[in-house]
Amino acid sequence: MAILVFVESAEGKIKKTSLEAVAYAHGMGGPVTAIALGTTDAVELEALGKYGAQKVLHVADARLNQGIIQAYASVLSKAMQDEEAADVLVLANSTLGTPVAARVAAKVGASLASNVVELPDTSSGFVVKRSIYTGKAFARVELSNAKKVIGIKKNAAEVKEVGSPVSVTPYSVSLSDADFATKITSSEKATGEVLLPEANIVVSGGRGMKGPEHWSILEDLAHTLHAATGCSKPVSDLGWRPHHEHVGQTGVKVAPQLYIAIGISGAIQHLAGVNSSKCIVVINKDADAPFFKAADYGIVGDAFEVLPKLTAALKAAK
Amino acid sequence: MKILVCITHVPDTTSKINFTDNNTKFDPNGVQFIIGPYDDYALARAIEIKESAGATVTVLNVGLAETEPTIRKALAIGADDAVRVNADPTDSLFVATQIADHAKANKYDLILMGRESIDYNSGVVHGLVGEMLGIPSISPVMKLELEGTKAKLAREIEGGKEYLEVNLPFVAGCQEPIAEWKIPNMRGIMSARTKPLAVVEPKAVDSGVKLQKFELPPAKGAVKMIAADNVAELVTLLKNEAKVI
Repeated sequence: MAILVFVESAEGKIKKTSLEAVAYAHGMGGPVTAIALGTTDAVELEALGKYGAQKVLHVADARLNQGIIQAYASVLSKAMQDEEAADVLVLANSTLGTPVAARVAAKVGASLASNVVELPDTSSGFVVKRSIYTGKAFARVELSNAKKVIGIKKNAAEVKEVGSPVSVTPYSVSLSDADFATKITSSEKATGEVLLPEANIVVSGGRGMKGPEHWSILEDLAHTLHAATGCSKPVSDLGWRPHHEHVGQTGVKVAPQLYIAIGISGAIQHLAGVNSSKCIVVINKDADAPFFKAADYGIVGDAFEVLPKLTAALKAAK
Repeated sequence: MKILVCITHVPDTTSKINFTDNNTKFDPNGVQFIIGPYDDYALARAIEIKESAGATVTVLNVGLAETEPTIRKALAIGADDAVRVNADPTDSLFVATQIADHAKANKYDLILMGRESIDYNSGVVHGLVGEMLGIPSISPVMKLELEGTKAKLAREIEGGKEYLEVNLPFVAGCQEPIAEWKIPNMRGIMSARTKPLAVVEPKAVDSGVKLQKFELPPAKGAVKMIAADNVAELVTLLKNEAKVI
């Protein structure tokens, strides 16, 4: 089963979730071809071989330095059909990957599944397990078309070194004006931080933090843990923190190894965004906060006292 | 200006999820259904455009008769008319085909929906519809301003946002803060009762996707409480027991 993997990069590095997509494809049995679009670091691309790609295609078209959904879908569907005759396209679910997956599936007539959480079961047919109801349940879904497009959720596969770097093959696709009907005029992006959807550890604050001016103690903790910072919906609604940090049902859904919630009561809508976390720590002044019921570890205490102590203890333990 | 808003009929975000029939059917017992929260943002933005620039707003739902109270709510919020495609919304391609089929015959300037439904969370219907109609699709959209036949949008990206320009028509998967949710007023609720709600039969689709079974996650173990003056113990537990740091 020939597999094509779409890899995304951020700030010159291949995203960890894309490495997971390569690892997922490798786990399926391959052969695995990775494809990157736009200007991408050559060493990073070669290194994809270490994680399971036998071949790496690079479309070095500068127009693709911006993630234009239609253009990306055209490149990937052509790569899937022509050169590579791939049966399956695997990509990481992201704000770009998921919309692109949809258009590719429609173009090539593929069975489509997003939010897939583990390797397919191919003992009888091709069955994937998807996360549904915002992490509250799963569905086992059979994909029966010859071509398949699979979007994977974070942690669907473990990134491991299984091979050695491979050389990069330039690949070009002729694109039409219609592919660029959407023009990206500018973008703003937080730099130098750990990206929330990619993070292994997330430190999140709620209204219990009492105001944006108190975030530095939370950021100190996050910095010590190399964690991304998140927040509850009221906090982003109040403008204390930017919208892209909002974790929850209608915000970012995270799936880190460790989620630390500070001063968040744990409304069910917030829990929906964190229920895929491996371990949850809740720090709250209110012993009756519902979040404790969903936690692995809890501390009843004042964030302003507990946080600096925790940061110090973590530094001491290093 | 003709705007189509596609809405889902989904369990309230606080619902406890259960399944019946040997884990092959959703159990609606004790569950309250709502307009999908993301769809609700799309609808609110459509109504704002209608109020500021003038537009007719049609809502479309793929669902069986039980979704009609949800559709009526969308009419009460300010949509002009509604279409219900009389079918169980089994998968994304099925739903997208019904939407594209309706849109082909009705020539909308703008097709809005939520970035994803909160039941199946696929987040792909806008892209499928865009591809089927041969028009741009953009998601997740946080801001949408119309300027004549052009639109300026903001789309969320990991860790930030990007600004885009696109000509009408296009499909947008919406999310906050594109608009404030609207609550129907009494006049809206009264007028919604008599607004047109057409019921159409679905087009057959072979989507190559078939549900086998639902599953619930394993139950969570009890929380381990740690004294506030003993944070070192938490560090030890995270290191040696949970092995996450």
